[in-house]
Amino acid sequence: MDFDYFTQLFLGGLTRGSIYALIALGYTMVYGIIQLINFAHGEIYMIGAFTGLIVSSVLTMMGMPALGVVVMAAMAAVIYSSAYGYTMEKIAYKPLRNAPRLSALISAIGMSLFLQNYVLLAQTSDFLPFPSLIPDFEFWEPYAHMITSPELVILITTFVVMVLLTVLIKFTKIGKAMRATSQDQVMAALLGINVDRIISFTFVVGSATAAIGGILIASHIGQINFYMGFIAGIKAFVAAVLGGIGSIPGAVLGSFVLGWTESFFTGYISSDYEDVFAFIILVVILIFRPAGILGKSETQKV
Amino acid sequence: MKKMGKLFAVLSTLLFTSVALTGSCFAAETIKLGVPGAHSGDLASYGLPTVKAAELVVKKINANGGVLGKQVELLVEDDVCKPEVAGNSATKLVSDGADVILGHICSGATKAGLGFYKDAKIVAMSPSATTPDLTLSGEYPNFFRTIAHDAVQAKLQVKFATEVLHVKKIAVLHDKGDYGKGQAELARKYFTEAGIEVVLFEGVTPGAVDYSAIVTKVRRFKPDLVVWGGYHPEASKIVSLMRKKRMKTAFIGGDGVKDDTFIKVAGKYAEGVYATGPMDISKNPLAIQAKKEHQDAYGSDPGAFFDAAYSAALALLNAVDKAGSTDYDAIIKVLHTEYVDTPLGKISFDENGDATGIGFSVYRVENGAFVEQK
Amino acid sequence: MTVNNEIKKSFLASVWFMFLTFPIMVIKVNTVSNTVEWRWMNMVGVGVGAFFLSMLWRYLLVKKEMGGKKEKTDKPGLVQRVLGERKFAVPALVVLGIFTLVFPHLFSMYQTNIMISALIYVMLGLGLNIVVGLAGLLDLGYVAFFAVGAYSYALLNLHYGLTFWIALPLGGLLAGCFGLILGYPVLRLRGDYLAIVTLGFGEIIRLVLENWNEFSYGPSGIANIPKPPLFGLDLSLNQKTIYLFYILVALVIFTIFVINRLQDSRIGRAWIALKDDEIACQAMGIDKAKTKLRAFALGATWAGMGGVIFAAKTTFINPASFTIWESVIILCTVVLGGMGSIVGVISGALLLILLPEYLRDFGEFRMITFGTVLVLMMVFRPGGIVENVRKTYTFKR
Repeated sequence: MDFDYFTQLFLGGLTRGSIYALIALGYTMVYGIIQLINFAHGEIYMIGAFTGLIVSSVLTMMGMPALGVVVMAAMAAVIYSSAYGYTMEKIAYKPLRNAPRLSALISAIGMSLFLQNYVLLAQTSDFLPFPSLIPDFEFWEPYAHMITSPELVILITTFVVMVLLTVLIKFTKIGKAMRATSQDQVMAALLGINVDRIISFTFVVGSATAAIGGILIASHIGQINFYMGFIAGIKAFVAAVLGGIGSIPGAVLGSFVLGWTESFFTGYISSDYEDVFAFIILVVILIFRPAGILGKSETQKV
Repeated sequence: MKKMGKLFAVLSTLLFTSVALTGSCFAAETIKLGVPGAHSGDLASYGLPTVKAAELVVKKINANGGVLGKQVELLVEDDVCKPEVAGNSATKLVSDGADVILGHICSGATKAGLGFYKDAKIVAMSPSATTPDLTLSGEYPNFFRTIAHDAVQAKLQVKFATEVLHVKKIAVLHDKGDYGKGQAELARKYFTEAGIEVVLFEGVTPGAVDYSAIVTKVRRFKPDLVVWGGYHPEASKIVSLMRKKRMKTAFIGGDGVKDDTFIKVAGKYAEGVYATGPMDISKNPLAIQAKKEHQDAYGSDPGAFFDAAYSAALALLNAVDKAGSTDYDAIIKVLHTEYVDTPLGKISFDENGDATGIGFSVYRVENGAFVEQK
Repeated sequence: MTVNNEIKKSFLASVWFMFLTFPIMVIKVNTVSNTVEWRWMNMVGVGVGAFFLSMLWRYLLVKKEMGGKKEKTDKPGLVQRVLGERKFAVPALVVLGIFTLVFPHLFSMYQTNIMISALIYVMLGLGLNIVVGLAGLLDLGYVAFFAVGAYSYALLNLHYGLTFWIALPLGGLLAGCFGLILGYPVLRLRGDYLAIVTLGFGEIIRLVLENWNEFSYGPSGIANIPKPPLFGLDLSLNQKTIYLFYILVALVIFTIFVINRLQDSRIGRAWIALKDDEIACQAMGIDKAKTKLRAFALGATWAGMGGVIFAAKTTFINPASFTIWESVIILCTVVLGGMGSIVGVISGALLLILLPEYLRDFGEFRMITFGTVLVLMMVFRPGGIVENVRKTYTFKR
C-alpha cells in the first residue's frame, strides 16, 4: 500500500485519538480517585459545547471581534462544565460514597439521562451549527489535504493538556493529595487531606478537560445536539479502560490505540465493522493485560 | 412457599398502585389525532417537528370550528424509534381511542405499529417512513404516506447521475440505519443496473466524533460521485471534511439531506451538494404560511419532515371532514379519491397509499439554498 | 440560629443554581431572526425552586443518616418482616393470583401489552440478577443474549418455520452457548474491566446484526414474526395478546421457582461466596472458572428466552431494539430493585418499565423525570427498593 495513504490514515487516527483522549482524561481521573464509572461525563462534554455555542453566538451578535469570542466562549465552557461537574458530584455521587459501587453507577446513569433531557427541553432537539472557531491557517495550506488546521489545533491542545495534567498530578501539592486520596481515602483523611475537596477538585479538572474537548470537537465537526455526549463518552470510556483506567498516560495511549485501530481498519478493510474491530482489540488486549496497557495489575494480598 | 408469598404481595401492591395511577378516560366529544414518533433520544430531532406541525394544524383548525363541529385533540406518544416501544405507543393510542394517526417517524417503528392500527381499523399516515414495502407490499391498506418511497429517489438519482453528471464510478456511503442503509442498498442496485461501477459501499457509525478515515478512503478510490444514504447530520460532517481536505468529489443525498438544517450546519461546505427531495414547494403559499406559523410560534425554522407532516395532518383531518365521520372505510375512500391542498401541493393517494402529486426533483445547493435542477 | 443558617444555605444553593442554569435555561438564540431570547422567568423559577428543594434535600439527607444509624441491627426491613408472616403472605398470594388471572380482562389491551413488556424485563432482570446480584460479575452487555434469543426465533421461524414452543428452549440454549463463549475469555478480568468487555461484546453482536444483511436482514429488520399459536385456533390480536400474557406469567413463575432453588443450592452458595471473596472461595475448593461460567451461561439462557418472547410480542425486530441502553436499563432494574433479592428485582423491573409508560402523561418531561427518579432512588435508598437480606444460619447447641 502506498505510503501517502498510510500517513493520512495514521494522522486521521491520531486526531481521532486525541479527541477521545480529551474526554477519556476526565473519565480516568474520576475513576482513579473514587472508582466510579462516571456515565454522565459525556454529558458534561456536551454541556461544554452548548455553553460555548450559546456564549459565542450571543457575543458575535453583540459585535465582539472573533478572537475575543473564541477566548470568551472557551472560558465560559470551561467554567460552566466545571461547575456542572462539581454540582453533579455533590448531588449524585457524594451521598453515595459509602453505598454499593453499583448504586453510584446507576445514579450516574440517571444523571446522564437528566442532563441530556435538560438540554433537550431548555434548548432544542435540533442539530445546531457550531461556528468554526478555529480558522484555516494560511501557512498550513500546503498540508491541509493531509490534516486540517482544526485537527492540528486539537492535536496540540491534547498534548498541552496532557503535559499540564501530568505536571499537576506529579509535581504539585494538590496533585500529591490526589494521588494519596486515590490510593487510600481513609489514610489520606488521617493525614490531614480534605478528601471531599480533593474529589471535588478532580471533578472540576476532569470536567474542564471535557469542556475543552467539547469546544474543539464541536468546532471541528461543525454541529452539536443534546445527544452528542453519549457515544463519545462510551468510546472515551473504552479508551480509558484500554489504556488502564486510572492512569493518565494510559488514557492518552489507549485513546490513540483506539483511534488508530478504527482509522486503519476503516482504511484497509471496511468501516462497516470498525467498532466491532475496536472492541475485539479491546478484548484481546485485556485478555493479555487484564489491567489495560499501562495499568498496574495489582497483586492481591490476603 | 413463604418467599413466593412475599413476592406476590409486593407484586400485587405494585400492580394495584400502578393501575390506579392510570385510567381516567376522556369521554369528551373530540376527534383524536394520534402523533406517535421519536420525541426523545438520538432521533428526537426527526420526530419533534412532526409534533409541532400537528400542533399548528390543529390550532388553526380548532380556531375555525374544528372538524365536523368537534374540536381536534392531539395524542402525542413517544416511541423513541424503537419497534417495541412503538408497539406500546400504538396500543396506547388504540386504547385511548385515537381516530386517525399521524406517524410513526421511523420505518421500523411504523412497521411495528401498523399491525395494531390495522387490527383496530385506524388509518395511519407517516410523513417520513420511506421503506418501499410499507406501501408496495399491500399488507397495510390502512397506511398512507406523504413522502415518496426510497425506490423513487434512487431511480431519480441514477437518472441524474448518468444524464447530467456523466459519472463512471461511484461510492455509496450510509449511516447503517434503517432509513440510510435501505436507501443505500437501493442506490447500489439501480446504479449497478445502469452499468455504473460502485467502487465503495460502506456504512459509517452515526455520532462518531470524526470521519477522516472514511473520507481518506473515498479519496483513494477516486469516485466521480459519492451517494449518501442517511440523514443530514452525518452527511454534513462528511461533506465538510471532504471539502476541508480539499476534495471536490460531487456528493448526492436523499430527502434526509434535503433539509435546510443541512445547509445551515455545513455552511459554505454545502455549496454544490446535490440532494433529491420533494418538488420545490418554496413558492407554494401554504408552505410559506406553514413556515411562518412555525417561526411565529416557536421562534425557529421548522425541522425535518415538517412540510410532509403538516400536509399529512391536513390530509387526514380533511379526510375525516369529507367522510363525515371517523369511519375507517369512508376515510380511506376519501384519501384515495379526493384531492387536498397542502404545503406539498395538491395531493391525493394512489391505491398503494403513496401520495400522488408530490413529484421528486434534484436540488443543488447554490448560495446557501437548495435550487431545483431541471 | 440554625434557621438562619438553613436559610443562608438555601439562599446560596439558589444563587448557585441560578448561575449554573443561566446559559442553558435563560439564553436561547433565535436562529431565524438572529436575536437572543432572554427567558428571565426561567431563572426566577430555578432560583425559587432551588431554594426550597435544597432545604428539602438537606432535610432528607439528615433523616436518611439518622435512619441509617438506627437500622444497623440485622433485622430485615419492614416489608420483609410483614411478608414473612404466613397469615399475610397466603392471602396476598391468593389475591395476586386472582388479580393476575383477570388482569387482561379488566384492563385494555394497552395495559396488557405494557405488562407483557414489564414481565419480559422481570425475566431479564432475574436472569441478570444471577450474574450481577449473585455472582457479582458486572455485565453491561446483557442485551446481546437477549438479541440472540430474539433473532434465533425470528430466523428459525423465517427459514424453517419453527414454532414458538420449539424456538423458546432453542433460543435459550443458543443464548446460553453465547454466554459460555463470552464467559470463557473474560474469566481473568475483574470488576470494571469485565464490564467494559461485556459492553463491547454487546455492541459487537448488535453491529454484526446491523451489517450482515444476508444473515439478519440488517437494520430493516425482520417483520411478521408470529405470536405463539394455541392449538391452531384463529385468535384475534387481543386474544393473542392475552394468551401471550398468560404464557409469560407462567414463565415468570417458573423463573422465580428456578432461581429460588438455585440460590439455596450448592451453585448458588458458590456464587455468593465468589462475589464476597474470590481467593477465600478458591481456597475452599470451589472451581472459580466453572462457577463463573455457570453464572454467565444461566443468566444468558434467561435472556435468550426473554428474547424469544420479545420477538413474539413485537412481531418485528431490528437491531435498534438491542442497543447498549437496553443493557443499562436491565442493570438499573437489578440495582434499583435491590441486588440479589428476587422480590427486589421484580419490583425494580416493574417500576422501571411501567414508570416511563405511565409517565407518558408528562409528555416531554417523561425522560427527565425518569433520570431524576434514578438519581433520587439511589441517593436515598442505595440498597434498592427491597434490600436483600442474607440468609443467616444460627448455630444451635
